[in-house]
Amino acid sequence: MFNNPARNDWMLLAGFSAVILCLPILLEPIGAAYPALMQKFCIFGIFAIGFNILFGLTGYLSFGHAAFLGVGSYAAVWSFKLFTMNAIPAIVMAVFFAAAFAVVVGYVCLRRSGIYFSILTLAFAQMCYNLAYSVLTPLTNGETGLQLTLNDPRVVDGLFFEPSAGLPRVDLFGLPISGGGYAGFYLCAITLIVCFYIAMRIFRSPFGMMLRAIKSNQNRMRYTGFNTRPYLLAAFVISGMYAGLAGGLMAATDPLVGAERMQWTASGEVVLMTILGGVGTLVGPVLGAAVIKYFENIFSSFDDHALHGVLGFLPNSIENPIVSFLSLFVGDGWNLTLGVVFMLIVIFLPGGIMEGLRRIWNLFNRRPGNRDAMPVAQTQPAE
Amino acid sequence: MDAILLQILNGLDKGGAYALIALGLTLVFGTLGVVNFAHGALFMLGAFCAVTFNKLLNLESVVVDPEKTTAWGSPLETRTPYVEAWLGDFGVFLNDYSVPASIMLAIPVMLLLGIAMERGLIRHFYKRPHADQILVTFGLAIVIQEIIKHFFGANPIPQPAPDAFAGTVYVGQILGMGQTLAYPWWRIVYLLFSLGVIGAVFAFLQFTTYGMVVRAGMHDRQTVGFLGIDIERRFTVVFGLAAVVAGVAGVMYTPILPPDYHMGMEFLVLSFVVVVVGGMGSLGGAVAAGFLLGILQSFASMNEIKSLVPGIDHVIIYLVAVVILLTLPRGLLGRKGVMED
Repeated sequence: MFNNPARNDWMLLAGFSAVILCLPILLEPIGAAYPALMQKFCIFGIFAIGFNILFGLTGYLSFGHAAFLGVGSYAAVWSFKLFTMNAIPAIVMAVFFAAAFAVVVGYVCLRRSGIYFSILTLAFAQMCYNLAYSVLTPLTNGETGLQLTLNDPRVVDGLFFEPSAGLPRVDLFGLPISGGGYAGFYLCAITLIVCFYIAMRIFRSPFGMMLRAIKSNQNRMRYTGFNTRPYLLAAFVISGMYAGLAGGLMAATDPLVGAERMQWTASGEVVLMTILGGVGTLVGPVLGAAVIKYFENIFSSFDDHALHGVLGFLPNSIENPIVSFLSLFVGDGWNLTLGVVFMLIVIFLPGGIMEGLRRIWNLFNRRPGNRDAMPVAQTQPAE
Repeated sequence: MDAILLQILNGLDKGGAYALIALGLTLVFGTLGVVNFAHGALFMLGAFCAVTFNKLLNLESVVVDPEKTTAWGSPLETRTPYVEAWLGDFGVFLNDYSVPASIMLAIPVMLLLGIAMERGLIRHFYKRPHADQILVTFGLAIVIQEIIKHFFGANPIPQPAPDAFAGTVYVGQILGMGQTLAYPWWRIVYLLFSLGVIGAVFAFLQFTTYGMVVRAGMHDRQTVGFLGIDIERRFTVVFGLAAVVAGVAGVMYTPILPPDYHMGMEFLVLSFVVVVVGGMGSLGGAVAAGFLLGILQSFASMNEIKSLVPGIDHVIIYLVAVVILLTLPRGLLGRKGVMED
């Protein structure tokens, strides 16, 4: 019954949608079923899916994707400020500006490959970050961050409604999006499902095959007469649009944008998510994003006090050293945990969680000629 | 004229730091073929060696004298650092010169760390793709950074320069060019120091047999291996050497920039740009590009230029890197065939 790839995909999509839409029920037992957090899962899932279209398919490791996220966020907030509080135009603007920006950056950066590409994208992202902090302050509001104010024009809204007292909320035809309600979560969730579907189509299309071919041997592609650059640029722009969309949603759910969203550590985070989940797989990046955001939430809220509470049953002489050791990893030390886990994954399990799951699956289903549903992810440089 | 000279000086000492980090990066890349994203963290570790050393020197004995009271009525506390109590004048001297003296601590620490890092981690990544090397060293950089943050806190910890070098020097007077040009002593010391270290590294590679073998290995490690030389082991030492260079660069930079746990990352990004501009795998290129970009950056932060092109000081380095990479694929002095694409 697994022989029909098209039906497999539909089942994957149906399963994925079901899981995403039922998140509030599924996450109840582990205490993560509040919209603000689930929203983050979805937004970073979109970001990571987009990053994976570039890195997973073509092998080009970009260290500057946060710049597109930032551009999307700023564009969305400007749409709220200038035109309307409706989320749709803001998201459209976010995607559009991110795409335009990605065309420029991609056109320049894709002239080189391998590590040079990584460094060029890094340079661009740092440039944007520095500019957002300094010269572009009229556009980005510098260190304070761009936010809504009472005397924004909001031209379109002004035509239809009386301005209410207080700051308006981002809405979707009356549904409140910002402020951490379920409407915001479902907007993100549905967007994520649509994005997932599009990514799936890209993975299965001839275009996706072309990108994979570029990853495995770009020279050979060139020798057969393909001009690889338009394909790469298309992949880069698509992945930039995903990042812009994620940025737009981020701004829609919380209309306050700071420049630190564009810093290269933020780009590093999406790399971590994608690797952790599984490069080149469809579900992996979303999984990685969710895992990182979930544990970030859990670990950051732990502190010494909570640790003492958990380990209280131990005798003091054992408890104290253990607590002081563990306190390295929780609370502010969450990044340390992340770094350690990330290193372990890169060293021992380059395919990420998805490869781990597949290995476990194969352990229990050892049938001769076991087909591989998805190609084993390998991170290869684009050389 | 003075202003221009001042900017050049400004650029030179910053360029010295860039050049030292980039030198280590290039050395590692040229020998081991590994792209080390944790190199900035090594620079930062060096800086924290200075902090630790200073803290050790300042361990003090507190003697409370109940007879005398301070102006506020509390008993007078006399604090004497142990070093001064034990070593007398030399202790005072050591305390004053804690930053340069901590090089003594930094060299063995960084050498051991570097060798441990190469043996324990990097060695297993020779055959893996560059992307994996970048990722694993990036993870390592996060880990080092967070450990330092845990023990030293998130705030910058200022380190004093020795009293003798704390003031400014009238460079203009020395060069006979007018009285106005003054410049901090320590920055000049840093510049000379970085030139010295760079010279030492080059001399080591150029004039010793050991260095000759390393250079031969950079060229063709297989042939060197066939000659019965354990090239892996020499490369391990080279990695240690690169770590030491980054470390001492960090130590001496502490009076200029108070170290905090993420200073390494900031320098790393710039140093990568420097390496790329200089040409991957070219030591001379890394040094030249380090000083060049340092000077360019300080010129771009002149008010006259900033008013002409606003914001140029923040982006000049990246802009130069983009232009160089697109026009000269090998960088300024890159060798043929080393990581051209």
